[in-house]
Amino acid sequence: MGSPFDVAWIAAHLSDILGKLIEHIELTLLAVGIGFVIAFPVGIYCFRHRKVYPPVTWVTGILYTIPSLAFFVLLIPALGISIVNVEVALVSYTLLILIRNVVAGLEGVSEDTKDAAKGMGLTRGQILWKVEVPLALPVIVAGIRIALVTTIGLVTVSALLGYGGLGFFILDGFGNYFATPVLVGSVLSALLAVVADWGMLALERWLTPWRGGGRLQVST
Amino acid sequence: MITLDKVSKRFPGQDGFAVTDLSLQVDDGELVVLVGPSGCGKTTTMRMINRLIEPTSGRIAVDGRDVMEQDPVQLRRGIGYVIQSVGLMPHRTVGENIATVPRLVGWDERRIRERIQELVEMFALDGGLIGRYPSELSGGQRQRVGVARALAADPPVMLMDEPFAAVDPIVRERLQEQFLDIQARLRKTIVFVTHDIDEAIKLADRIAILNVGGVLEQYARPEELLRAPASDFVRDFVGPEPGLKRLSLMSVADIDVEAGPVVHPDAAADEAVAAMEPFGLDWATVLDPEGRVLGWVDRADVTGRARVGDADVKRFAAYVTSGSSLRSALDAIVSNRTQVAVVVDEQERYRGILSLEAVAKEIIT
Ligand SMILES: Nc1ncnc2c1ncn2[C@@H]1O[C@H](COP(=O)(O)OP(=O)(O)OP(=O)(O)O)[C@@H](O)[C@H]1O
Ligand SMILES: [Mg+2]
Repeated sequence: MGSPFDVAWIAAHLSDILGKLIEHIELTLLAVGIGFVIAFPVGIYCFRHRKVYPPVTWVTGILYTIPSLAFFVLLIPALGISIVNVEVALVSYTLLILIRNVVAGLEGVSEDTKDAAKGMGLTRGQILWKVEVPLALPVIVAGIRIALVTTIGLVTVSALLGYGGLGFFILDGFGNYFATPVLVGSVLSALLAVVADWGMLALERWLTPWRGGGRLQVST
Repeated sequence: MITLDKVSKRFPGQDGFAVTDLSLQVDDGELVVLVGPSGCGKTTTMRMINRLIEPTSGRIAVDGRDVMEQDPVQLRRGIGYVIQSVGLMPHRTVGENIATVPRLVGWDERRIRERIQELVEMFALDGGLIGRYPSELSGGQRQRVGVARALAADPPVMLMDEPFAAVDPIVRERLQEQFLDIQARLRKTIVFVTHDIDEAIKLADRIAILNVGGVLEQYARPEELLRAPASDFVRDFVGPEPGLKRLSLMSVADIDVEAGPVVHPDAAADEAVAAMEPFGLDWATVLDPEGRVLGWVDRADVTGRARVGDADVKRFAAYVTSGSSLRSALDAIVSNRTQVAVVVDEQERYRGILSLEAVAKEIIT
């Protein structure tokens, strides 16, 4: 094993590293994006039809508990080794978190606010889009945040199928008893997770100005 | 006009009725207060008017049109509604909250902006509040915004469920005064719910007292309710001192003032005495040439002086005007050593006096 931190190797592989970083981001965004497109309407439906919520949680809960490596492998017979295989697994992991937060967010909207909105003559759809969804946003965005961070971690595992973004370096480094790629892969994916976390926090604050993030409270 | 005709409501799974066979009519421009103990069906009654709750039986009409035959969304847009806990939208600014119904019914933005401005002024809210979120307001401000929002699209009918309940008594009193002023100008048809009988007496044109189960005990003008309670329940509910409460509802203008003895400072002492005699009093009010009240002189003090002005002219402790309530007149009577209330106009010019007997007569009849 060479020096744990080989600057020359990094310099030589800069464009490679950048390419894998972008792949990592793409895989993550695709998974969370698709997950959200599924989870948002399903969450709204579950919120309005309480009976379907327990079975939905049950199914997504099972998906969530399958170990990631096992999941990738289990999908091979059906989907082969492909990006579809990887994305199906990644998306499945996001569903529980995203749906649960959509439902929790909508449930958290105060009855009084909805009642007043209804009493003023907003239709059911207007109440959903103008009152419930905006007020549920902080919780929904928090769900996206957790899903992003989780998925960034999981993508490294999918390197085993050849679609792993930064996970490629980790695998590669271990294969060659060479520490530098392992370090680069893990440090960058950890950094990516931190950046995603902060970014979503900032987005959440920007989307919910009414929660008075440090605004001066003056009363006259 | 709002008409309730034998309206009953029984919630699914409940044994008793929340509202029982209730018939009421609220005339145009009238402010009717529903009052009664907690759980007696006040909110339920109100929410049946805008169809947030549907009656089990009976008929409710707004301006002659059965509410059950109207589209509930359209119906609600035409009725201002203030819910028991205000219910401002926390993610919308004060201005946006007020703009809710005008936007729904498609007003253009300029008209909405002007309306917000107008309402903010009407409710004596600071213009800077328009851009604030509800969490940045005081309780009293929130309640005013709630009422302003209900008024925004200028609905002829308003439903107000304990709109001033969540603030301290001093702020509540100010909000009530302000609201009465606004209502005097706007003349909306209002159903107002409270469990505070004093608030009801103060605001109402007519009061409907409900008992448990939404049973109507009495529907009458406040003054009548205090004078002739229809049942023991009503008597208990209106509480102690109904006579004094009635006096607070009547104003000095409602009764005749006595002329009373008056004298000018330059008059001779015996003129003063001569003025007192017909009234059987031993004091007289001293007026300047413009008829303004300078004070009063007592018979023993004025006797033997060259002119009235040489005597000790004492000030009255309190005056009342024709707009003052009889209750404050009574207070003036017990505060003045002369034991009358001196009635003056806005320029402090003398109008006459009120005696204890004259006021007491109003409590008894
Ligand atoms: N949605 C509902 N389902 C079942 N019962 C209800 C419902 N709403 C109200 N009730 C019952 O109907 C009765 C009347 O309630 P309502 O809210 O009209 O009372 P209220 O006079 O407004 O009381 P408060 O002064 O406490 O606001 C109560 O016994 C209450 O428990
Ligand atoms: Mg109530």
